[in-house]
Amino acid sequence: MTATNRINIRINQRGQNPLLSVFFTAGFPALGDTLPIAEALAAAGVDMLEIGMPYSDPIADGPVIQHSSEVALRNGMTMELLFAQLADLRPKINIPVLLMGYYNPVFQYGLERFVRQCQAVGIDGLIIPDLPPQVYERHFANLFEEAGLANIFLICPQTSDERIRYIDSLSRGFIYAVSSASITGGSGPITDTQTAYFERLNGFKLRSPHVIGFGISDATFFQQATKYAAGAIVGTAFINLLNSHPQHYQDHIGSFVQSLKEQAIPN
Amino acid sequence: MSTLSESTLIDAEGYYGTFGGAFVPEMLYANIVELQACYLSIMAEPSFEAELEILLRDFVGRPTPLFEAKRLSARHGYQVLLKREDLCHTGAHKVNNTVGQILLAKRLGKRKIVAETGAGQHGVATATVCALMGMDCIVYMGEVDMARQQPNVDRMRMMGAKVVPATSGSKTLKDATNEAMRHWINHPADTHYIIGSAVGPHPYPDMVARFQSIISSECQRQLIAQFGLEHPDAVLACVGGGSNAAGAFYHYLSDERVMLFGAEAAGLGVETGHTAATLNLGTNGVLHGAMSKIIQTADGQVIEPYSISAGLDYPGIGPMHAYLHEIERVVYIPVTDQQALDAGFELSRLEGIIPALETAHALALLPTLDLPHGSTIIVCLSGRGDKDLMTYTKYLDQYTQSAN
Repeated sequence: MTATNRINIRINQRGQNPLLSVFFTAGFPALGDTLPIAEALAAAGVDMLEIGMPYSDPIADGPVIQHSSEVALRNGMTMELLFAQLADLRPKINIPVLLMGYYNPVFQYGLERFVRQCQAVGIDGLIIPDLPPQVYERHFANLFEEAGLANIFLICPQTSDERIRYIDSLSRGFIYAVSSASITGGSGPITDTQTAYFERLNGFKLRSPHVIGFGISDATFFQQATKYAAGAIVGTAFINLLNSHPQHYQDHIGSFVQSLKEQAIPN
Repeated sequence: MSTLSESTLIDAEGYYGTFGGAFVPEMLYANIVELQACYLSIMAEPSFEAELEILLRDFVGRPTPLFEAKRLSARHGYQVLLKREDLCHTGAHKVNNTVGQILLAKRLGKRKIVAETGAGQHGVATATVCALMGMDCIVYMGEVDMARQQPNVDRMRMMGAKVVPATSGSKTLKDATNEAMRHWINHPADTHYIIGSAVGPHPYPDMVARFQSIISSECQRQLIAQFGLEHPDAVLACVGGGSNAAGAFYHYLSDERVMLFGAEAAGLGVETGHTAATLNLGTNGVLHGAMSKIIQTADGQVIEPYSISAGLDYPGIGPMHAYLHEIERVVYIPVTDQQALDAGFELSRLEGIIPALETAHALALLPTLDLPHGSTIIVCLSGRGDKDLMTYTKYLDQYTQSAN
C-alpha cells in the first residue's frame, strides 16, 4: 500500500472533523445516475464514496438497499457497465471512492481483471463483506497490495479481540466497524451496548483507523458515533432520500450532506 | 473415480476439493466458528447420541423400512428396494436433521430457532421439533410458496411457529434463505439457524449430511438382515440442495461396488431456461455462504430456477455434491417435470405409495438406467406426496385415461 492512497490521505487530513462517507447503489434510481450522484455528493462536501455493486442475493442488507439493488439490476446494471461509467470518475472527483458488494459477482468477473479495472478507473478500495479475511490473505492480498487497493474488512460487536488484531494486521485504509449485530438499515438511538463496543475498539490502539457504519440513520447518530471513530458511513438514509426524490435528488443532496456535517462535533 | 471415506471427504476448513468453505459476513463469523468448533464433539457425546437415538426411534419412527417393491421391480427388471423416509414423522427425511440440530442448539445454549423453507417440509420438520423442545420458532417462507403450500403453513402455525413471508426477490426458497440468514445476523446470540439442506457455510453441509447419514447406515444393516446382501448395485436419490441424497449415499461413498445416481430437476428441460438442473448448467460461484455450482448469469447474478417440485427449485446445490460430480463418484442426471409425473403415477398405481414430487424425480431414473437385469437398486423414497396432491390432481385425468 502506497502512502498516496486517497483513503489514507483523506483520513490523515481530516483534522478535527469526522469523515462522512456515503454509500449508494450503482445504477439506481436510474441506470445513468451513478456518476451524477457521485459528483453531487463530492460537490456537497462528502469525504468518501462507497459505490454499491448490485447483487441478486445481498444477505447483509436490509430492505432499502435490497430494493435499490433489485432496481439497479432491472435497470440493466452490470459490472462491465459500471466500469464503463466509472471511466469518467477521475479527475472529476478527487475524494476516495470504494466499491462495495458481494463476492460472487467479483468472482465471476475474475479477480485479476476486476483489480486491473479498479486500478484503471481510480478506485481506492473495496468492501466485500462475504469475502473472509483468511481467504483474502491466502489468495488476494498480494494482488490487491500490488494494485494499491485497500481491502476494507468488517468487524462487529461479536468479533473477538484476537480476531480484531488479526483483521487490523491485514487492513489498509480503514476498518469498517459495524455498529451492532445487524444488517444494514437499522436505526438509532445509540445504545449503551454500542457505546461500550465503540470504547472497546478505541482501547485497542489499532494500526488502522476505524469508521462506523450500519444504522447511521440521522445526524444525531452520526454525531454520536463519530465521537468514537474517524468517521461514519451513511447508506440506507441516503438511499431513502433517493427514493423520496428519484427525479430531483440533485436539489436535496446538498442539504442532506449539510445536515449531517453541521451537527457533527469536531473530535 | 477417487476412493472416498468420511474422513477424506472434507478438509478442516470445510472444503470438498475446491467447493465449500464459509463465505459469511463478519456478523455471522462468531456463530459459524462456534458451530465449526463443536459440532463433531457434541455429536460424539454419549449423552447426545443416546438422546438422538431415542428421539429418532420413538418420535421420528426409525428405523424406516427397506421395502422390496415387487411390482415396480417386475416393471423395470431390477430388484427395487424403497428406503421409506416418507414414513418418518412429518412425512419426509427432513426431520432426521431437525431432531439432530435442535439437540445441538440446546447444548449451545440457544433458545430460539430460525429456519427457511421452500415447499414447507423442512419448515414443518423444524416447527415440529421446536414444539417438542419448547423453543421459539421462526420460519421464513417465500410469499409465493406460502400461497401454493398453504396446508404446510397451517401445520407450522398449529405447532406454534411464526411463519414470516419472504417478500424480496422472487419470493421463493432462495429468498427465504436470504431472509433467514438476515434474521440470524440480527439475532446472533440467542438463535440457532437450522438449515434444511446440505448447503450453507461450513459446517452445515457436513453436519446435515451426518444427521442424514442414518439413511444409508440403516440401509447397510437392513440389506444384510433382510436380503443377505452386502451392498446394493446402485442407490438413487433426488437432489435439490442435496440432503436426502447426501444421507442415502454417505456410507456407500467409499464402496466402489455401489453406483450412485442423483436426479436433478430439469423442469421443462435443461435447455429451456425453465430448469433447476444446477450441476448440468451451473458454474462455480458463492451462494448462501459456500462455493459450489450455481445457476447464474455471466455477471454473477443468481438466476431463479424452475421445477414442478417446490423442494427442488433451488439455484444452488450442496458443495459435497458439486465435488462428487466433479470427481465423477456420483452421476447426476436431469429429470423433467413430465418424467417425474410419470414416475409418481407409476409408483402410486404399482405399489400404493404416492411419492413426493421431489422423490418422483429419483424414481424417474429407473427407466433411464442401463444396469444388468436383476440389479439391486435402492431408491431413497425421501417424502410422501400428500403435499403435492394439488399438482398431481391437475394431471389425474390424463393418467386415468392412459391407464384405461
